[in-house]
Amino acid sequence: MGLSLTKAAQWTTASSGTGKLEFTPMNESLLKEILCFVEQFSSQHPQEAEHVFEEPLQWRTTLVASDFKTEYDISEGLPLLQFSPPAVYVRSFSQLSKLVHLADDKKLEEVRTCLEENRDPVVKILGRSFATALEREDTQTDILSLVDKVKDPAKDSETKVKLCLLLQNMDKQILSKLLEEISEKVSLNPTAVKNEVELLKQLCSEGEKRVLKSLRYTSDFEFSNGCRTPLWRQPHGEICYLVIEPCDTETLYITYSTAGVFLNEGIKQEGEESGYERTSDVYTDLVTLLKKIACCYIPSLCLIMYFLSYTYSVYIVICWVLSALFLFSKTSAGAVPVELESSTDSEEEEEQPARHPEGNTDLPPEYWQIQKLVKYLKASDQKATVLTLYAMMDLNLMQETCQLAIRDLGGLEILLNLLDTKEVRCKIGSLKILRKISHNMQISRTIVDMRGLQRMVTTLDSPNKDLKALSAETIANVARFHRARKIVRNLDGIKKLVKLLDCGTPNLAQVSANQEKDVEVARCGVLALWSCSKSCKNKEAIRKAGGIPLLGRLLKSPHANMLIPVVGTLQECSSEESYRVTIQTEGMIKDLVKNLRSDNDELQMHCASAIFKCAEEKETRDLVRKYKGLQQLVSLLGKADNKQLLAAATGAIWKCSISTDNVAEYKHNALQTLVGLLTDQPEEVLVNVAGALGEFAQIPANKPTIGKCGGIKPLVNLLIGTNQALLVNVTKALGACATDKDNMTIIQQLDGVRLVWSLLKKPSPDVQSSAAWALCPCIENAKDSGEMVRSLVGGLELILNLLKSTNNEVLASICAAIAKIARDEENLAVLTDHGVIPLLTKLTNTTDDRLRHHLAEAIYYCCMWGNNRESFGEAQAVAPLVRFLKSKDTAVHLSTAKALYQLSWVPNNVITMYERGVVKVSCSVVVAAFLSPH
Amino acid sequence: MSKMSAMNRKVIQTLAETISKQVEHFNKTEAECLIREFNLLLGEPTNTGRTVQGLDRARFRSILHHTFDLTDDIIMDGAFRAFDKDNDGIVSLKEWIEGLSVLLRGTLNEKIKYCFHVYDLNGDGFITREEMFRLLKNSLVRQPTEEDPDEGVKDLVEITLKKMDHDHDGKLSFDDFEKAVREENLLLEAFGTCLPDSTVITN
Repeated sequence: MGLSLTKAAQWTTASSGTGKLEFTPMNESLLKEILCFVEQFSSQHPQEAEHVFEEPLQWRTTLVASDFKTEYDISEGLPLLQFSPPAVYVRSFSQLSKLVHLADDKKLEEVRTCLEENRDPVVKILGRSFATALEREDTQTDILSLVDKVKDPAKDSETKVKLCLLLQNMDKQILSKLLEEISEKVSLNPTAVKNEVELLKQLCSEGEKRVLKSLRYTSDFEFSNGCRTPLWRQPHGEICYLVIEPCDTETLYITYSTAGVFLNEGIKQEGEESGYERTSDVYTDLVTLLKKIACCYIPSLCLIMYFLSYTYSVYIVICWVLSALFLFSKTSAGAVPVELESSTDSEEEEEQPARHPEGNTDLPPEYWQIQKLVKYLKASDQKATVLTLYAMMDLNLMQETCQLAIRDLGGLEILLNLLDTKEVRCKIGSLKILRKISHNMQISRTIVDMRGLQRMVTTLDSPNKDLKALSAETIANVARFHRARKIVRNLDGIKKLVKLLDCGTPNLAQVSANQEKDVEVARCGVLALWSCSKSCKNKEAIRKAGGIPLLGRLLKSPHANMLIPVVGTLQECSSEESYRVTIQTEGMIKDLVKNLRSDNDELQMHCASAIFKCAEEKETRDLVRKYKGLQQLVSLLGKADNKQLLAAATGAIWKCSISTDNVAEYKHNALQTLVGLLTDQPEEVLVNVAGALGEFAQIPANKPTIGKCGGIKPLVNLLIGTNQALLVNVTKALGACATDKDNMTIIQQLDGVRLVWSLLKKPSPDVQSSAAWALCPCIENAKDSGEMVRSLVGGLELILNLLKSTNNEVLASICAAIAKIARDEENLAVLTDHGVIPLLTKLTNTTDDRLRHHLAEAIYYCCMWGNNRESFGEAQAVAPLVRFLKSKDTAVHLSTAKALYQLSWVPNNVITMYERGVVKVSCSVVVAAFLSPH
Repeated sequence: MSKMSAMNRKVIQTLAETISKQVEHFNKTEAECLIREFNLLLGEPTNTGRTVQGLDRARFRSILHHTFDLTDDIIMDGAFRAFDKDNDGIVSLKEWIEGLSVLLRGTLNEKIKYCFHVYDLNGDGFITREEMFRLLKNSLVRQPTEEDPDEGVKDLVEITLKKMDHDHDGKLSFDDFEKAVREENLLLEAFGTCLPDSTVITN
């Protein structure tokens, strides 16, 4: 271990022996590295860890016998670890790492002493012959002859070689790490300078391999602070001056200062008066300077330096290659190709991005053609421009290489500039090309950067219909990212686009030849709006510009190519409530439902998606039913291959089923189909299906059906997921199903309660509350409910812990769950022990009626054990409870009354209630109850 | 004088009626206006004795120039040829109104016919390479550095011809031209503007 020690570590005395490791940051990190290596050794290389050292490593430990735990065998047959205080003898890595683990916070100290007292650990570990064989320079020894050389032909020589390799590898890593650190710190202190100079001096000593002829200080005298510069220069931070003679460039005069390394004007020896001025850039260390200034040979300097400081590092490379072969030959033949395959895979992945620019430089055959045409475009008048553009249209404009070539050769700029001219035909030609190449995202971005949108938006005002349509279509392509959409809005483009929608034809089913162009303009306008509508502010802008009624009019069109963008825009915008209301009041639901019957999948998808979003509103849900859309939605579930469509359709079914009237309308097979979709579907479908089942299960008759269709099992299986929306919906569905006894039996068999319970650990409040709500019916309906709750280790603590949540919905759901749990006396006892009373009491100052209701309920049930009633009184829960009666919610009144009734068994509580005027308040509640129609 | 003008008015009215029946796109009142306009353009009849009166080439060109912003010499000559159907060197009243009906109100078909006629410089029923070259001669800025300054135009002609020449006979027949224009409307005035701009028409 720690071969780096000999060279890199900073010892107090240079000679080997019993020196001390200095307390320098570098040694510190060196020790840490070694420690880390030792600690992980036995787990990473179990076989090598068992190898017995030639000689034990021995040092005075700070550990005492009591530190060794009982199971730690101090004296084994062969003494791998011998402990005779204060000395400890260790003979294998496994023992070493165990020992380090034992030493705990003193482990760094242990490693330090160990290294200090075993200055030649490798010799001790591997034996002298091995170590010297490794250390010998210039030998072309390969690993096998290495093994031969080792006189000991023992069976473990193979392990030894591996161990040796591991050590060397570690060594290499530590060294390169330290090297980095040296170069970072070098500019700051004289010691570091000395280190680097010493390292570099070795470069001069080597014969052929030398890279520097000589390297010397200008002064041999060293001040006590480590500086070799005259005193008057030291305030400038200068540490020393060097004269370096490289092999193949002229002599370098170098100043070493705290700020870094730089060339000076030529200080040759001590006591010069001038020449201190800086003549080069400042570098962080000498190596970098040499690299930069004498760049021809230095790139390998680091490597050479490395080799020099490590005589046997040469072997590292050789050994690694050979050991790899060695090990491979030992492994089974099948293993090798697997290894190779996986490595080529990763290479390919890495190369993918690298190959990309190469692909760009692979010129497409059209490249020269494009270059020529762009040249013509630059030089042509209006006639030739049109012809050139006409020629350009013949190119494969949808191919990326062509698109990029047009941009890179300057064609894009000209095309955009043409939009500024008055020549209508040139503009049309230009836009015909732009609308195609703008399908490329990179081109779109460049168009935006070149102010292309400004020109296109201006063109929207043109009286020429072709121009308008083409501009809008191109804008639709370009406005696919946020910045572009914002620009369109800021240019008032939304208003202009909305204006295009008004094609003035009331009946889109019968369009005359003249009107056809207007309709086409409108269609392109919608396309552009569709792209723009992905930004919230644009949705608002479209609404303000009066776009919704116009979209509604276009929705009557019989053509799918018009309907898709229209419905697409509508569904995009339906995320806003204002749109949902308008869509419903403008009577568009009817058309949306009608188009569900279209034979175009994409259109169906957008319609379903729009209904999905709009059905947040109750009126909309009723309208979907009225126009017979529900069954149509179910029939869309048949297209199981189209996942997008499936997601939209299930979403629409989910939202529509929020109205119980709608659920009744669905036929039995709908439920069956939905259950079938609970497996092997993408998450967005699963979320919607689970949501729909949750709503379906609100009708009692559906609960057993879900169970009979086999819906419980897939639902329980989904509980292990991570998607929050999915978990919320699944728990809701399960909770709703759990009120059915048969379903509950299945849930219990599948251990579903435990899974739901464990969801309380999720960070999301939505998931927490949804899970807690689902637990309520589970606890209520489970067989041996009390026993089941107790069997969940840590479950009750988890519940109580959530009473510290800040989310009212979570709190309410947890209170509800506690009310259910507390019905079992034993569990109530556990809850009490865990301090449920102060936790509940703390919540009594809430004003949230929903929470108040469940809180009072929980208090009511928690009263029924031991002297909990008194405890509530002492915790001062009574007074705030009385205040609950002033709430307007009758549910709160009811549960509060129950809680107060329980509490009133204790005289002291009654006194408090009386003081707080409970009689008066109760009377008013009772009166109100009588007066209210219910 | 009043008698004269009264007679004139009657003549014009009958003329207008017949013309509006023969020529498409114009009703009687419009025809009447156009006749007056024509007479105005004609100015003082130089020799009243002639039965056939009309616009000669020079006058026709100056009208095209001022009214419709057409400037190219070759194109204007072509337009004159297209207007002057009986090839007598004079555009008569009827020819003028017929021509205008195409220019101002013509269907795509009529316009294709007209444009083809304009571009077919020698009237042989084909637009040849040479004719295209003549029409496009000055449309690329010449690069003095290049060996053959016309190379660009020649190349452009080749590209265009290759694309439009559907029957591969090395020249554009009317069918070729018509087909190409129907595919890409921009090609209607491919070799030079010969129709008034739509903005000019509305004026």
